Amino acid sequence: MLPVLRQVLRRRRETQDTVTLTVDPGDEGFAFAPGQFNMLAVPGVGEVPISISGNPEDPRRLVHTVRAVGPVTRALARLRPGETLGVRGPFGTPWPVAEQTGRDLLIVAGGLGLAPLRPALYQILARRREFGAVEVIYGSRSPQDLLYRGELSRWRGRFDLRVRVTVDAAGPDWRGPVGVVTTLIPQARFDPPYTSALVCGPGVMMRFTVAELLARGVPGERIFVSLERNMQCGLGLCGHCQLGPVFVCKDGPVFSYARVKKWLQLREI
Amino acid sequence: MRGRSPALTLTLEGLQALLAELRRQGYSLLGPSLVQGDFGHREIRGVADLPRGVGMEQEAGTFRLVFREDAELFGYPVGQPSWKPVFFPPSRLVWQAVRSAGGWEISLPREDLPPVALLGVRPCDLAAMEVLDRVFLRGPYVERSYQARREAAFIVAVNCTRPGGTCFCASLGTGPRAREGFDLALTEMVTGEGHWFLVETGSDAGRALLETVPHRQATAAEVEAASRALAAAAGRMGRHLEMVGLKEHLYENYEHRHWAEVAGRCLTCGNCAMVCPTCFCHHLEDSLNLRGDRASRRRVQDVCFTVAHSYIHGGSVRPTPWSRYRQWLTHKLATWQEQFGCLGCVGCGRCITWCPVGIDLTAEVAALRRGETPPAKRE
Repeated sequence: MLPVLRQVLRRRRETQDTVTLTVDPGDEGFAFAPGQFNMLAVPGVGEVPISISGNPEDPRRLVHTVRAVGPVTRALARLRPGETLGVRGPFGTPWPVAEQTGRDLLIVAGGLGLAPLRPALYQILARRREFGAVEVIYGSRSPQDLLYRGELSRWRGRFDLRVRVTVDAAGPDWRGPVGVVTTLIPQARFDPPYTSALVCGPGVMMRFTVAELLARGVPGERIFVSLERNMQCGLGLCGHCQLGPVFVCKDGPVFSYARVKKWLQLREI
Repeated sequence: MRGRSPALTLTLEGLQALLAELRRQGYSLLGPSLVQGDFGHREIRGVADLPRGVGMEQEAGTFRLVFREDAELFGYPVGQPSWKPVFFPPSRLVWQAVRSAGGWEISLPREDLPPVALLGVRPCDLAAMEVLDRVFLRGPYVERSYQARREAAFIVAVNCTRPGGTCFCASLGTGPRAREGFDLALTEMVTGEGHWFLVETGSDAGRALLETVPHRQATAAEVEAASRALAAAAGRMGRHLEMVGLKEHLYENYEHRHWAEVAGRCLTCGNCAMVCPTCFCHHLEDSLNLRGDRASRRRVQDVCFTVAHSYIHGGSVRPTPWSRYRQWLTHKLATWQEQFGCLGCVGCGRCITWCPVGIDLTAEVAALRRGETPPAKRE
């Protein structure tokens, strides 16, 4: 599958090491479902899977949030408006938002995990009346590492949404909660048996979050996690993203916890 | 198209005529050949290029060519190379890009693929082609370069009458007799009546080709003799793999201490995966020329025994050897079944023969089943 070359329209610095790129989606726009990802390439450097973080209701803009951690993501994060990158996709399974009608929704994000969840939140807000309570819990390393600050404060001003943010460590000017995301779960208002949770973040954060949600009675088949693996093709053919019997790139990245529970409990699987 | 026709008999001269006809029709003919002691699949011109009276001694970590006095052209099981590279080259250009004013221009490489005819495909390797077809052709995404190569191939299978010490196709039902997936299937016989081949046709193309060369209906005695030879071969397999409840058993033993025991011997060299006719892992490699104006991406064969195979930012998912060996074995024998509806193993035994320390998949599975650790070294 050949990458399509697209121009960067806007580059916005989110944090010290993270940027959000708005990419020209082409004349036909770029339709995707929340939770899906693209393979983004810088020719001669490489290609990496990056979740789509824009609004699924607005296919005229393709938005990716990239943290510079390796050679390819560093090259992506350096791109300026007018420069090009390769795009293949969209790949993967979406957050099953439409299937949660009538239920309370809990969104738990850790660090960059907010990026693949933002499209789901856009979709939820676009059809807000179909759901019960909607709670967003977001944890990050420090106040300086928070993504989408402007939007976070707008969301916090809404009456139909509760957004709580915590950081692992902060200086004296931070007045919000300090601690891991699981410490905010007891304060969230949701009715566990009638709640669906969307969870994305580092592995250890997801493990503890899922354990806490299960302990509170959220059913495992209604807890959805987005998993990360080495992905090179996006097509389920290169073999790198296997987690037991599933290929995370094509069977996921979004899975119900019930489906992958057995495999997440094994070491080095 | 697949209907089994009554068996036919071909003489050695008939086989030569058949190979000549394939070449006349424009096929590049690949067959077994021995060059300076190296057994492999190469372009051949005819029967004269085939290894005659060559056999193979195979054991865990052992491979020896044996030179006999007989006239058999296919008197051995399988050598190190499978046919996988014909359809799935270990390194292949995926795309190339040239820097332009607006950024880059990406294009696909032009591939000129002459049709190939494969001679001497063993039933296990034929089964491996079916496995790779499921992986590359029957999922949501089709691997076009594999498809183009695969569809252009004419396949002459040769059934196995001399299985090797590491063979276990009979356990898996993939041999020693080819059931489907061939254009023609031969059983080579050297008897009092001479040197002849029992031929089964598996496709219209196979039937059409056979019509162009001298042949005759096989006698009941000939069919019987070939069947007896193949039945005897099934009983002479050097290895056995117990299939009953295998997937369930492996699923229940992901934390078995035997994985650590195997890791004590495993060098994580990846030989087993490289010689495997069904291992399909590959990585995509980008490169740039020194001037920075030409880039390309290659697809390169990969193995799950490297730390890099599962690397994501922060580290490898499988940093230690036991988990990588477990990944390979459980993928072949258990999770593959859920992914593709078949085993990832065809019983060719190459992973046993070509393991430098002689790790034997059938013995490891048996040890996992017994809950014991096997003897450290078999002699």
